[in-house]
Amino acid sequence: MAEGLTKYYGEQRAVDDLSFTVQPGLVTGFLGPNGSGKSTTMRLILELDAPTAGDVTLNGKHYRDHTAPLHEVGALLEARSVHTGRSAYNHLLALAHTHGIGRRRVDELIDLVGLHDVARKRAGKFSLGMGQRLGIAAALLGDPSTIMLDEPVNGLDPEGILWVRHLLRGLAAEGRTVFVSSHLMSEMSLTADHLIVIGRGRKIADMSTEEFIRQASGGLVLVRTPQAAELRKALLSGPDVTVTAAGPGLFEVRGLTAVQIGEAAAANQLVLHELTPQQASLEEAFMTLTRDDVEFKAADLESEEAVL
Amino acid sequence: MSAVSQAQQIPRLSHTGRVTQLRVARSEWTKLRSLRSTLWSMFAGVLLTILLPVLFAALTSSHWGSMSPHERADRHPLDIALAGVNVSQLAIAVLGVLVITGEYSTGMIRASFTAVPKRLPVLWAKTAVFAVVAFLLMLPPVLIAFFASQAILSRHHILQISFSHSGVARSVIGGAVYLMLVGIFALGIGAIVRNTAGAIATFAGIFFVIPPLMNILPSNWNHAVSKYLPSEAGRQLFSLTHDANSLSLGAGARLFVGYCALTIAVAAFLLVRRDT
Repeated sequence: MAEGLTKYYGEQRAVDDLSFTVQPGLVTGFLGPNGSGKSTTMRLILELDAPTAGDVTLNGKHYRDHTAPLHEVGALLEARSVHTGRSAYNHLLALAHTHGIGRRRVDELIDLVGLHDVARKRAGKFSLGMGQRLGIAAALLGDPSTIMLDEPVNGLDPEGILWVRHLLRGLAAEGRTVFVSSHLMSEMSLTADHLIVIGRGRKIADMSTEEFIRQASGGLVLVRTPQAAELRKALLSGPDVTVTAAGPGLFEVRGLTAVQIGEAAAANQLVLHELTPQQASLEEAFMTLTRDDVEFKAADLESEEAVL
Repeated sequence: MSAVSQAQQIPRLSHTGRVTQLRVARSEWTKLRSLRSTLWSMFAGVLLTILLPVLFAALTSSHWGSMSPHERADRHPLDIALAGVNVSQLAIAVLGVLVITGEYSTGMIRASFTAVPKRLPVLWAKTAVFAVVAFLLMLPPVLIAFFASQAILSRHHILQISFSHSGVARSVIGGAVYLMLVGIFALGIGAIVRNTAGAIATFAGIFFVIPPLMNILPSNWNHAVSKYLPSEAGRQLFSLTHDANSLSLGAGARLFVGYCALTIAVAAFLLVRRDT
């Protein structure tokens, strides 16, 4: 999908040599701290902004070259994209007209996102949550094969968040490509199958959500045994294995899976009281992965100060 | 909660049409008619075009007795009938500007360009739909203004001119054509500047500030330059007479259309190149 995508705004580098592919049938989460280039990347995909370098295509074509763009991609951008003086109904109708989509479809989507009662009211009076619902209706208008949503749960109440989660899973289950950015890591861990993580415009990780969490956990396994010394000896025979005492008869083992530890214990006829793989939460995983990035920022500041 | 707890099926679209210029025009028509700000601008334009000539005619009639022969000679029935055009052009210009800058200020432009990523069809559609609406909207008011002001003046048997008199019908209809072109010019400025206040200021500068400033110039320079200004060239569309210091009807009309085409062309050039 994206290859070597780079965008500068003046001197400011927003996206830096970013390459990734988003697969159909999955919910792909797009994670990154604020200002890491998520929204810019989405604007580049829609060709609202032109990349400084690199290229991005959808199903082999530039977005601009598709004959029915709304059928290709339905997008909800972070910045509001609705005229405040126009009603929700007329907003959707104006967009529908460009593709020859009828009024019935507009009505269907208004009902689907739950805006029936306010459809004739000016969009400028909408709450953040209602605005998001209208944006999602606009994104689904053209029955798109790719759905791209920037921070869709922003401003939604718990019911709305649940609704979006089910919606995204349902869209992916229908075989559509779902690409969704969020700064809410816990939300992503419930929704996304695959994660693309960026920091300062660069790709940090591109892997399944499971893999992401496992990797960030560092393969930490908690082991409790009454035969501490013997087990320690048995486990340390392998390369890159570290065993740290965490309490009386309690170890943290890195470099081995729980399966490997269990089998090693059995082979040496050692008793285990506990064998627990430790899972980092998505937040922790995210913090671990973006730590270098944050440090890099701090270092940058220091060097600037030194110059001054 | 039941609607929430189960995955919702998105109704499929039976057929998906491609984007065509005609469909984009229909979309722009929907946008234009569904904004209250647009409707107010239109209403103001219509009202000013009718009311000012009526007021002007009434004042001229009531003061006719006390006017000097020189003053009387200075009054022309067509100037009275089209007095509103000079003012309502601002309302039409604001409307033309808002058609495009309203989308930039609210972020609607992102939705528009996501639906029509080639972008130029949006500009063509906006221009065409707005031109048609502006002309059809302003034609009745200029006609009403002409006949209403003539009716008022006729009660005092002064300043009568027939609609069938040579050039009269052309000038009255020319007033509506002029307003339409002013709107197109303003739309082009709006698309270039992309900011409501900036675009209106630019338009006002070109149409209302620069022309009087020309009086600072030595008069032979002023006469040489002024007639080529957009406002002066456009004025020939609704002027009955053309003298040495103004362009002919044809030359003025062509030049003004040229100015409009130029702003739209510059807007188109920038539209496909700039980030949104």
